[in-house]
Amino acid sequence: MNALIRDQMSPAACVIQRFKKETQDTFTIELSPPVEGSSFHPGQFNMLYMYGVGEVPISISGDPGDTDRIIHTIRAYGAVTSRMMTLKKQDMIGVRGPFGSHWPVEDLAGRDILFVAGGIGIAPLRPALFHILNNRARYGKVLLLYGERTPGDLIYRNQIERWRGRFDLELEVTVDSAREGWRGNVGVVTTLMPRIVLDPSNTFAMLCGPEIMMHYTLQELMKKGLKDDQIYISMERNMRCGIGFCGHCQLGTAFVCKDGPVFLLSQVKHLFRKREL
Amino acid sequence: MDNSKKTLELHPFFEGMDPDLLEVMVCCACHQEYQPGQFIYREGDDANQALLILEGKVSVEIFATQRGSLGIQTLGPGDILGWSWLFPPFKRRFDARAIELTRAVALDGNFLRQKADENHRLGYELLRRFSRLVVERLQATRLQLLDIYGKHV
Repeated sequence: MNALIRDQMSPAACVIQRFKKETQDTFTIELSPPVEGSSFHPGQFNMLYMYGVGEVPISISGDPGDTDRIIHTIRAYGAVTSRMMTLKKQDMIGVRGPFGSHWPVEDLAGRDILFVAGGIGIAPLRPALFHILNNRARYGKVLLLYGERTPGDLIYRNQIERWRGRFDLELEVTVDSAREGWRGNVGVVTTLMPRIVLDPSNTFAMLCGPEIMMHYTLQELMKKGLKDDQIYISMERNMRCGIGFCGHCQLGTAFVCKDGPVFLLSQVKHLFRKREL
Repeated sequence: MDNSKKTLELHPFFEGMDPDLLEVMVCCACHQEYQPGQFIYREGDDANQALLILEGKVSVEIFATQRGSLGIQTLGPGDILGWSWLFPPFKRRFDARAIELTRAVALDGNFLRQKADENHRLGYELLRRFSRLVVERLQATRLQLLDIYGKHV
């Protein structure tokens, strides 16, 4: 194992500066960076190591302009993430990264941007949205469609309320089911698509969520006139090493950890929803 | 009537419809307005209208004992509310309530059924468009039932 790989495979210990429970099964941790001024690109992920339990790939969900902290929002889906939910302020966690490709926010200056997030998929998209809102004048129309299970599962609620107050961001939130009192939308995120107005010649879309949700969202985007080279998607596979070394996340000829997780649709369309992969 | 015709022509549901058939629709169209919180119809009501939503937001709900009203779908501008007028027993299956001030064009379902019986070209066109709507709603409902954001490990 050469030195570069060894460095990339060794987690740095980071202290949890803040732990925030977002919902019943989702939480956000704020870490002090291992190296001062650590930076990342929107869409990249870190491998987070819960000592003695295991390591999981988690997207970075903070503001890329803020290098003083590393922020991760985690949904407790498996053994490692469930144990991470028991962490508290001042606990240590191992961090490797950042890894992977990123949302090409710099290249999309001047364009209209549509974000479509499903569930915890809002977390990897949030840094890109932060970047665009921090540089708002450089972009055209910006829209965010966010779908969740129920109103109680919505994350970043305060942030969403603040975004809702902005006149330069169109925001629609929908849930799959709701009890009385919910004044927002009910229905899957794709049901919002017919209601939005897009300029297909100038719009780029960024999607993140369960693959099945992205599959149906893509169909709606095609109906709106968007082409494969105007859509970016974040793919999820079993990422282990983060550097394309172990092969666990292989998707056709690509390694999701190294060549992804963000792909231009035209790069992976032939692999998308393929049962054998 | 001219105003209604223009509204129907511009509504996505009637996109590309033969102008002669659209004229029939215009004969039974009227503008309606609902205040926030106002019920547009309730489960069990006679279904005698289709509503083309122009502005606002409508919640389609079902009442469950001890759980209250459960929202199952939200409709907005460009959407159609209600197809029960097209099929027996012509009764509403859900509640529909305006969440925001809602403006819509109401089409008289009894009139349209009668006209569709007389003019099969109109009947086919109506069924074709409403069937597509039903299929889209069915597909969306299936996705909703999948609980795609839930824990599946």
